[in-house]
Amino acid sequence: MHGLINRAIQSFVCATYGQPYWVRVAEAAQLGFVEFEAMLVYDDDVTARVLDALSGELNRPRAEILEDVGTYLVSHPNMEGLRRLLRFGGVSYVEFLHSLDDLADWVRLAVSDLTLPALELRELSTTEYQLFCFPGLSGYSSVMVGVLRAMADDYGALVMLSHEGQQQDSEVISIMLVESAFAEGRHFDLGARTG
Amino acid sequence: MTDPRELVSLLETLCPMFLLVDQNGCIQQAGPTLQKLRPDLQLVGQGFLDVFELIRPRTVTTIPALMSMARAKLHLKFHDEPRTALKGLVAPLPHSGGAVINLSFGISILDAVRDYALTSADFSGTDLAIELLYLVEAKSAAMEASRSLNLRLQGAMLAAEEQAYTDTLTGLKNRRAMDHVLAHMISANSAFALMHLDLDFFKSVNDRLGHAAGDFVLQQAARIMLEETRDDDTVARVGGDEFVIVFKGLTREDTLEAIAGRLIQRLNEPMLFQNQKCSVSASIGTALSTQFQVLKAADILHAADLALYQAKRDGRSCHRLYSTLTNARP
Repeated sequence: MHGLINRAIQSFVCATYGQPYWVRVAEAAQLGFVEFEAMLVYDDDVTARVLDALSGELNRPRAEILEDVGTYLVSHPNMEGLRRLLRFGGVSYVEFLHSLDDLADWVRLAVSDLTLPALELRELSTTEYQLFCFPGLSGYSSVMVGVLRAMADDYGALVMLSHEGQQQDSEVISIMLVESAFAEGRHFDLGARTG
Repeated sequence: MTDPRELVSLLETLCPMFLLVDQNGCIQQAGPTLQKLRPDLQLVGQGFLDVFELIRPRTVTTIPALMSMARAKLHLKFHDEPRTALKGLVAPLPHSGGAVINLSFGISILDAVRDYALTSADFSGTDLAIELLYLVEAKSAAMEASRSLNLRLQGAMLAAEEQAYTDTLTGLKNRRAMDHVLAHMISANSAFALMHLDLDFFKSVNDRLGHAAGDFVLQQAARIMLEETRDDDTVARVGGDEFVIVFKGLTREDTLEAIAGRLIQRLNEPMLFQNQKCSVSASIGTALSTQFQVLKAADILHAADLALYQAKRDGRSCHRLYSTLTNARP
């Protein structure tokens, strides 16, 4: 598993529950270290152990935690850089949804060894969409539910999301766009580079 | 494509940074993004060369010369601030004698989006500007992560090197570190004194009271040597019970005698390990870098060794200077 993914989980735990909590999770997962390196690659098993330990410590199901991770990735000030990168996907929420088909390619352009599963948006009507998350990364669809929800807030769109479960080999998320300009949304300035 | 209005409408869609100029170089139409760069200046009606300075090719200073530049790449800048650099391409119009000049930011796009608060709507849908901006941000973030990893690895490497230069039992420098210091001082032509110190009766402590006691004695001896020397001096454990001290910039024999005297006196005092008395003493030989015409590390180590040997022969627990040996050669 790419270090960036492990690092994201670590960053989420530290920001949400505090550093000492993360140290406990790292111990419970028997990592043998505390800090993930974003640019190194780890065994997949390591990530599974961290998620199990986290699920045990929090006494919450893994999918729920991963959804929170997705929300954290977009909405936390720590992650402003990532939010900006996602906003390059389009000027409206619908444009953003369509850009998800290319998300894995955009990611690979930035970090060549980070391979995310393919996503496919199906437009049922102008207000109803389904996002198919193809296999390759366990829990990815849960993270995407969190990302989609937080990005809707970011664009000021009002949406209803639900995880529809498995269809053939893909996990399906249904997206109902109630209003595309429900709230102001957060500002996105092309030239305001962070860091 | 005879209708000029049709042409303008096409250009506005395809290249929002176009200019339509007449045969005199007067701007007839300007794309919306280009006009956005100069909100206080109506571009239509201005002379092209009054608004833009041609950077390359430099030879082009007149409109007829500009018109002859079809298909050539132009480098321009605004005359006024902010002097954003632009790339341009001239496409002469066959009938009217005017031309379409299409401009683009090129590499200046990073500053331009900030300076002019551009949005994705300001770029044509096929323009790679947004992808470029994305890449710059994404790569900067990835580079930052790599850089911070490099810094941590460098820190770990330094720590590992530091360990390799340290004798883990006593915390003193090891033989490798001493060789390094000696080589450095010799190549820098620094004056120094080199003391070779040997603990007497150490083996008997080890044999009689065990290795733990021996280790304890070595640690106490190391502490004493550090206390009796300056921070600038190098104290190294170079063998089981052998130590070398390099005194940087110190070549006064009376001072060295005094230091050796204090070391011997303190090392002579019995050390208590688990209520057991551990008694050692120290023999010391000292050589000065200034005693050699051509200084080599092996030579001064050998000289100090000879002085140490003399101290042992003279009954141990004493200090001998290489310069006082009868067979010492300058």
